[in-house]
Amino acid sequence: MFLNAVCAAIAAVFFTGISAFSALAEHAGAVHTGQPVDWQMGLQAAASPVMESITDFHDMLLVIITVISIFVTVLLLYVITRFKESNNPVPSKVTHNTALEVAWTVVPILILVTIAIPSFKLLYFEDRAADAEMTIKAIGEQWYWTYEYPDNGNFTFDSIMLEEDELDGHPRLLGVDNPVVLPVDTTVRVLLAAPPAGVIHSWAMPALGVKTDAIPGRLNETWLKITQEGWYYGQCSELCGTGHAFMPIAIKAVSKEAFDAWVTTAQEEFARNDGNESVRVAQNTVQNQAQQ
Amino acid sequence: MSTHDNPTGIKRWLYSTNHKDIGTMYLILAVIGGVVGAVFSLLLRMELAEPGMQVFGDDYQFFNVVVTAHGFVMVFFMVMPAMMGGFGNWMVPLMIGAPDMAFPRMNNVSFWLLPPALILLVTSAFTDGGAGTGWTVYAPLSTYGHPGKAVDLAILSLHLAGASSILGAINFIATIFNMRAPGMTLHKMPLFCWAVLVTSFLLLLSLPVLAGGITMLLTDRNFGTTFYSPEGGGDPLLWQHLFWFFAHPEVYILIIPGFGIVSQVISTFSKKPVFGYLGMAYAMVAIGFVGFIVWAHHMYTVGMDVDTRAYFVAATMVIAVPTGIKIFSWIATMWGGSLTFPTPMLFALGMIFLFTLGGVTGVVLANAGVDIALQDTYYVVGHFHYTMSMGALFAMFAGFFYWIGKMSGRQYSESLGKLQFWIMFVGVNLTFFPMHFSGLAGMPRRIPDYPDAYVGWNEISTYGSYLSIVGAVLFLYIVYKTFASGEKAADNPWGVGADTLEWKLSSPPPFHTYEELPKV
Repeated sequence: MFLNAVCAAIAAVFFTGISAFSALAEHAGAVHTGQPVDWQMGLQAAASPVMESITDFHDMLLVIITVISIFVTVLLLYVITRFKESNNPVPSKVTHNTALEVAWTVVPILILVTIAIPSFKLLYFEDRAADAEMTIKAIGEQWYWTYEYPDNGNFTFDSIMLEEDELDGHPRLLGVDNPVVLPVDTTVRVLLAAPPAGVIHSWAMPALGVKTDAIPGRLNETWLKITQEGWYYGQCSELCGTGHAFMPIAIKAVSKEAFDAWVTTAQEEFARNDGNESVRVAQNTVQNQAQQ
Repeated sequence: MSTHDNPTGIKRWLYSTNHKDIGTMYLILAVIGGVVGAVFSLLLRMELAEPGMQVFGDDYQFFNVVVTAHGFVMVFFMVMPAMMGGFGNWMVPLMIGAPDMAFPRMNNVSFWLLPPALILLVTSAFTDGGAGTGWTVYAPLSTYGHPGKAVDLAILSLHLAGASSILGAINFIATIFNMRAPGMTLHKMPLFCWAVLVTSFLLLLSLPVLAGGITMLLTDRNFGTTFYSPEGGGDPLLWQHLFWFFAHPEVYILIIPGFGIVSQVISTFSKKPVFGYLGMAYAMVAIGFVGFIVWAHHMYTVGMDVDTRAYFVAATMVIAVPTGIKIFSWIATMWGGSLTFPTPMLFALGMIFLFTLGGVTGVVLANAGVDIALQDTYYVVGHFHYTMSMGALFAMFAGFFYWIGKMSGRQYSESLGKLQFWIMFVGVNLTFFPMHFSGLAGMPRRIPDYPDAYVGWNEISTYGSYLSIVGAVLFLYIVYKTFASGEKAADNPWGVGADTLEWKLSSPPPFHTYEELPKV
């Protein structure tokens, strides 16, 4: 029967999803790149403790929901074939079975409890880091992100999407001019904000298991700890207007030493103005005059 | 012979107080809404067929507008009018043995508020760049983010549609509580009527919250209030709480009447009464009740307290229990039955299967921990289209093919109906199943252009949507053919399984039914 074939195909796709996913997880190479790949069917390979936990938990859920879906499908197919009119011309009159009804109430409850326990563990683990080693702040603008490094000299810079002719190896719609540079194996607190007259954005990084909204009038907090050096890409994940698809998030994860070196150059490159724009303009003017 | 007036022409329709005529008008409006919504969805899928811009050029705002309009039209002008206004109006009085609805003139107002609401909504899409806010209309994108008049028009449209639904809900509640035929106790009432009753309470309790919320949005936009603006002491999250307090019950409003239709259809074509009738009825009551206390599971990433999130995880997962009872009871209804598979039965079976898939991904999303990875991705889009575009839509098709003979007096073409089912079944699965993969891989929703790696599954989705559109066009042709050359429908074309009161009437039923109340 055609219905059987279709259902079997869909069940097969479920299973392929699981295996493709595990293949992907093992594939992670030397220089890690947190970005989607062609025909990807599962989560991006984890590069933080939170994402590892999310992945484990999702794998567990995927098995449970696949089994439930197949169970219901098999029941449906059995009923359809066994009790079609030609096989069973006289319908039974049974409309109650207390034991059965109790069973299909209690068993789902037990399954849900089984899910809930690791779910709560994961939720509380994700929530916030008790001892962050450093803090950065991401501010969602229309349509780019501004980053602040308050613990490293309080410099700030904007991170704007690269146009197609500037990509230089970065994936389209994901590359930015100034990535967030972060040290690996470091617990980083990330503060999220949006300007008072701005709109809501969401700072998401799939490979790190991070997604938190940046909301006007609020300071949100999340955390991450990157386990592998490399590039990580994410996209704004709350509809924020015309340019919503064009304000990606890119993280360049480097060794602690390389991070310290970067901080030194970044402090100069992104020296904070703190409202003293006129002073710097004046200095430039003096310099310009001196050169002349 | 009827002792009542039988108006004709414009008086019959514009001034109608007849539940059958009003039901028919609702169904026509739903078909119009469905065509408009489907054209919007086709535009979206064409745009997303490949990376880069295909359809919308550089007008990203208009893409967002179409996303928004697709959602609003499908929810307020397709599913709701079809389920409650159409099938509810037509069948509830017939099934409970009532001569008409309790408030026939209010019924007229309920319907005639909807066309202006639809006109306002479509006007909004073409005014000042349109409302590109998503159907969630999150402030401040809907305040500072949209200075033109588009959002105001959309708000007024929602006000009208909401008022229409509240009036309709009051009408159903009064009808079902007061106008059941002698002997038709609540616990003997067909499950479709139970579904409409539960849905009416959800409408009655949730829509006023939306009305209040959008009124505050309107005054924020136009009269200087700051309910949702932090600089005036307001909070953008207040909007999200108010919106989802309405919108979560709303998604049950869309599906619960579908539960009712599927129960009738499964029972009819199994030639067996519904298994565990009381459990089925009270499962819907339970889903409706719990549906009111889970709203913030749409807000796991906004920075709510972790204990609050833990509560919403627990509450949300509870819904899986009554939903499971329904799925298993449908299967148990068929168990031991004598099954036939005309088109409505195929759609009902399809609904059970697809709704189960949408349900289990809902259990995944309920967990705030893993939702961090999935919130606002295509996984969510896949999930809710499995429950809505397949759960609710398939239930509506089941209801249409089940009752069209009764309503019109003409029977649809069985072979074309089955063909449509298979086209739609393959089409919607091709469209929406790959969305789970894109979502797991991280693709955000509501974007007109996407990173190149997402192209594969998006192409397949788009081909699936073309197939679904073929199915939708075939449906329109089936409707046309039914009215143009359909065979005369028997009073009860479905045999002994169809034991509810509407099958004891002629097809079509007379303009006024039950002038003498039936005894049950």
